[in-house]
Amino acid sequence: MDSRLQANTSPTVPGTPDPLATIDSVIVAMRSLPGALLPMLHGIQDVLGHVPGAAVPRLAEALNLSQAEVHGVLSFYHDFRTVPPGRHILRLCRAEACQAMGCDALETHLQKRHGLTFHETATDGSVTLEPVYCMGNCACAPSVMVDGEVRGRVTAGKLDQWVQQWRANAGGNP
Amino acid sequence: MSVTVYVPNDSAAIGIGANATAQAISKMAAERGIPIRVIRNGSRGLFWLEPFVEVVTSEGRIGYGPVEAQDVPSLFDARFLDGGPHRLRIGRPESIPYLAQQERLTFSRVGITDPLSIPDYEAHGGGRGLRVALQAPPADLVEEITKSGLRGRGGAAFPAGIKWKTVMNARAEQKYIVCNADEGDSGTFSDRMILEGDPFVLIEGMVIAGLAVGATEGYIYLRSEYPHAWVILLAAIQKAQDAGYLGSNILGSGRRFELHVRRGAGAYICGEETAMLESLEGKRGMVRPKPPIPALFGLWGRPTLIHNVMTLAAVPVIVDKGGAFYAGFGAGRSRGTLPFQLAGNIKRGGLVEKSFGVTLREMLYDFGGGSASGRPIRAVQVGGPLGAYLPESKFDTSLDYEAFSASGGMVGHGGIVVFDDTVDMARMARYAMEFCAIESCGKCTPCRIGSTRGVEVIDRVIQGRQRTENLTLLRDLCDTLSSASLCAMGGLTPSPVLSALTHFPEDFQRPPALAPGGRASRTIRRH
Repeated sequence: MDSRLQANTSPTVPGTPDPLATIDSVIVAMRSLPGALLPMLHGIQDVLGHVPGAAVPRLAEALNLSQAEVHGVLSFYHDFRTVPPGRHILRLCRAEACQAMGCDALETHLQKRHGLTFHETATDGSVTLEPVYCMGNCACAPSVMVDGEVRGRVTAGKLDQWVQQWRANAGGNP
Repeated sequence: MSVTVYVPNDSAAIGIGANATAQAISKMAAERGIPIRVIRNGSRGLFWLEPFVEVVTSEGRIGYGPVEAQDVPSLFDARFLDGGPHRLRIGRPESIPYLAQQERLTFSRVGITDPLSIPDYEAHGGGRGLRVALQAPPADLVEEITKSGLRGRGGAAFPAGIKWKTVMNARAEQKYIVCNADEGDSGTFSDRMILEGDPFVLIEGMVIAGLAVGATEGYIYLRSEYPHAWVILLAAIQKAQDAGYLGSNILGSGRRFELHVRRGAGAYICGEETAMLESLEGKRGMVRPKPPIPALFGLWGRPTLIHNVMTLAAVPVIVDKGGAFYAGFGAGRSRGTLPFQLAGNIKRGGLVEKSFGVTLREMLYDFGGGSASGRPIRAVQVGGPLGAYLPESKFDTSLDYEAFSASGGMVGHGGIVVFDDTVDMARMARYAMEFCAIESCGKCTPCRIGSTRGVEVIDRVIQGRQRTENLTLLRDLCDTLSSASLCAMGGLTPSPVLSALTHFPEDFQRPPALAPGGRASRTIRRH
């Protein structure tokens, strides 16, 4: 078991750590792992909430890769973000089992009632909505992931509660 | 003496309130001065009863469910810690027909034991396979696997014994065991339940595989959509290490096996074995052409035995009880059991481990109890997003690899997703193409371009534009995808599309104004 991997438990809500120091410390901690690029990208995003552009040249140099190769990996995987997300991350499952239980209606509801669309962050920065394709919760569909926690049998009312709470905590910004 | 209470720590149970239930039970017991011990077990897989709380009484374990936090005071009032009567009292879990009618070999401990207790694991039969394996010559282990008839549970159903023999006979300084835990098929959750509910069985299976084929290092590639499984798996590996199941001196034998876990990053294609290897190596998850096969040229170019979680988790029981025991279950050339998963619009969704040969109808009605909405079941997708949509006329097909594929379906990973009669199959066909466009690795043209063209063609059909011509074009496109794609992603995407078209043609002929394809204009975005 590799202790260097243990720190990254689940996606965290970003605080305000120093980006460059974070990138460098992740690189130092993981540079001897075989196939280190993915663990490093996860390590950076776990702390910062996204992978800033400044990480690309640093990762490339540390791993003896071209910047194009690093960019290629970063942009290939759906999980990695290159811009900071909202204060909360709501992932709505779009896969078949959730469709059978009405996830499309939830998607429409989020759009019409709250102005939230996939891959976008609310203008007040309160929440980012992302699609996800199966979280293994298919017997309790429809499912969402709220800041890394799976929630099952979700209703429009439940979504309203969360979004309103996040909006209220956004500090009165429109 | 304290009473033992079990509350599942399975993420599906937590997703509907198990943590709040566990906290409420602990709090109320403290308030009332009753000593209790709460164990967070895996889920029994009866999700309509989750959060399913079990209490150890003089008559054995007594279950209550579904228990929400608000039910806890009344349960204490009803003396549930002594098994007292309550409207949520289910009784002995073993006597619930849904469980009693299963044949749980791989899932024998899930929901029963503490997933992170080695003593509990061993008290329920865990570790025996490994002890047998440490005494046996590698060739005998491979022989047992061959005899068991075990086939890859990830979808392709390739005979495991042949793979093991190939890797065993390969000459190399380093070989690897890789566990594909990137179960991304919608409607499947058996891997997740094992990872969260009995992770030691996977670890034991990987160590045995390593001893058999001569690999001293293993990797588990776990999908990032399973953050809870990740936490439990890391803890389990640490415990296994401490107990001598892993490391440089396995159970004092002097044999070695090291295990690492890597997190995927949300790419469905990385469930394809060669794309997964690329991802483990830190690259884009692009499919590699085969040959060379991974058994000879796999992770970092070394001989690599790749199996999914279910295949490896079946290994300990096979080695413990013998290949013949396992082969005693099943039908035709599909030997053993498969943990099926009932999902989507189903009344009693959950995990059903049965011998191959059970029919889809038994699954849907005897176990599942019909649709959750109470409306007629119209379509069922078996085997994930690349599996066919089946109408009622196919429900009597036997769920074994050969019979099911003869009827145009695919057992795959055993996921069964149920739709009632409100489903629009033209839209499901469109989604299949859209999913392929989003998840294609981009290596081969039919998959990369064909999927996007497929969405456009289906949109034109839904909009009622030159339907006959466009349906001909769609079939032609599907033919290109299935015959010219590099891997199963592009190769099998036509399966849900064509099955929808064949079995539900009326959905492609609706008047455009009534077609609920309202999002026909939605553009495809990979990110």
